[in-house]
Amino acid sequence: MNRKIGFTLALIVALAAPFIGYPVFLMKLLCFGLFACAFNLLIGYTGLLSFGHAAFFGAAGYFTGYALTTLGLPTELGILVGVVVAALIGLVMGWLAIRRQGIYFTMITLALAQMVYFGMLRAPFTHGEDGLQGIPRGKLLGMIDLASDTTMYYVVLAICIAGFALIVRIVHSPFGQVLKAIKENEPRAISLGYDVDRYKLTAFVLSAALAGLAGSTKTVVLGFETLTDVHWSMSGLVVLMTLVGGMGTLVGPILGAFIIIALENKLGDLGNFLARTTGMEWFTTLGESVGMVTGLIFIVCVLLFRRGIVGEIGAAIAASARKKRLA
Amino acid sequence: MEIFGVPLPAMMSQLLLGLVNGSFYAMLSLGLAVIFGLLNVINFSHGALYMVGAFLAFIGVTTLGLNYWLMLLIAPLIVAVFGILVEKSMLRWLYKLDHLYGLLLTFGITLLLEGVFRSFFGVSGQSIEVPELLQGATNLGFMVMPNYRAWVVVASLSVCLATWFVIEKTKLGSYLRAGTENPKLVEAFGINVPLMVTLTYGFGVALAGFAGVLAAPIINVTPLMGSHLIIVVFAVVVIGGMGSIMGSILTGLGLGIIEGFTRVFYPEGSEVVVFVVMVIVLLIRPAGLFGKEK
Repeated sequence: MNRKIGFTLALIVALAAPFIGYPVFLMKLLCFGLFACAFNLLIGYTGLLSFGHAAFFGAAGYFTGYALTTLGLPTELGILVGVVVAALIGLVMGWLAIRRQGIYFTMITLALAQMVYFGMLRAPFTHGEDGLQGIPRGKLLGMIDLASDTTMYYVVLAICIAGFALIVRIVHSPFGQVLKAIKENEPRAISLGYDVDRYKLTAFVLSAALAGLAGSTKTVVLGFETLTDVHWSMSGLVVLMTLVGGMGTLVGPILGAFIIIALENKLGDLGNFLARTTGMEWFTTLGESVGMVTGLIFIVCVLLFRRGIVGEIGAAIAASARKKRLA
Repeated sequence: MEIFGVPLPAMMSQLLLGLVNGSFYAMLSLGLAVIFGLLNVINFSHGALYMVGAFLAFIGVTTLGLNYWLMLLIAPLIVAVFGILVEKSMLRWLYKLDHLYGLLLTFGITLLLEGVFRSFFGVSGQSIEVPELLQGATNLGFMVMPNYRAWVVVASLSVCLATWFVIEKTKLGSYLRAGTENPKLVEAFGINVPLMVTLTYGFGVALAGFAGVLAAPIINVTPLMGSHLIIVVFAVVVIGGMGSIMGSILTGLGLGIIEGFTRVFYPEGSEVVVFVVMVIVLLIRPAGLFGKEK
């Protein structure tokens, strides 16, 4: 019941948002929210820490950009190209990485993503350091002109809700339950007769494809694609978003993504504000030290809030419910 | 004289360059292996601490006017003290949890360190002079060898072999190996395992700091110099496995040499060759060359 009210409220806010906020910024928030949810499917529900998700996000963006600019494909096909490319990279990367467990898995994804980064840096169609510019938004299904930010916003919202719904569906499906079993106790899942590697690989490819969907959509929205999106720091950023919001919670990653992206964009303002109120000049440089601040948040989260915001709230509610039952 | 159409001196100088890079890989992956053995933590900040070592050398030599040799001693010590503080104040609380939290914490430390150095030094590179004693080059007949590069290889290999000797052949090392196998039992024998863990972390990161000082005169010292290196070193660690000290050293050197050869015959491939080797090893021998999975 509470959950239904919550989702309805969130939907109303999301529908009304472009009349209050700046649509492009909101769309960016949505795309990163989807990206973090896709990542969470792996870490939160399968127990695999990938440090290479930037490869899917960025490569999908590049291929979508290429498909829309050079090949002149319609928007929906362009996004599809990005998703397929991300899924294929995910298939190869996952197939290699699941050969090793735990921390090695993480290192392999990081190394393979670095290979994708160099691929994108050197491939002729990506224009190296300059990136792709002036990617047209085009028309959706040849009818709906996406040039208007408001129209684009509702399309992005629909894509992100669809992606999110798919993730919810996966998590609650029998397949999702097996993933959870693998996360909790892999040897037991194996002895129960599950082909663990196949489940892991499927989860990896799904996560990669959804991360690609987020990346492609983001490229269509912003109209450009650069190396930032394939860089390892982007992989780190999506880990941070999920960690801040709460690994293994459905809405946590979205919240985490909103907080981290908003922080990245508004850090300069925040610094100026702090400098004015405290009179300390040093705070004005805060806008340039995004890395420093994200590093600090990482450290604080790992040491104190491992469950993330949503996870902590959930734990608090569960604790108070237990108290009530006892009383 | 030519080999496959490449003049011998050019080939040898690339090979030496590969050997230099290989000794950095060896030193860093050795540090990672020693730390992982006892702490079960993959130290992401290893690259950042290598960068800190290089910057300490830069600050010592240029700003404070200290001598390179002195910095070769002081900088690793400062890095070690920093590492010990990090271990005592933060890492200590994560041992009972999943490995991934140690990785995430040290990743945060990496971003923080890079951010701090960036705010002081910007992203453009600094460099320091090669110490007077090692300037110039020696003509070996078949190639001209820059003295400093030779020194880097000799110094890193000596440090690596000394580490190997201490861990594999001495009493202290036997405590360390026993602690890797079963810390509880070792503690029951009256050995101060927490202290050993702290000092091991300090030593592991000091190796990174030492590598940083060695690298400072021959590469561009920037706040981001450690990040790419650490990813390559991770690939090296995946290839070699972290179970064997000698394995780490040999894998590091070997990959440096392979990278050097690639630079001769197919320069475009040199930045990804280590990753390609990793893929091949994963296909043929998933546990890694010297692997025993933990």
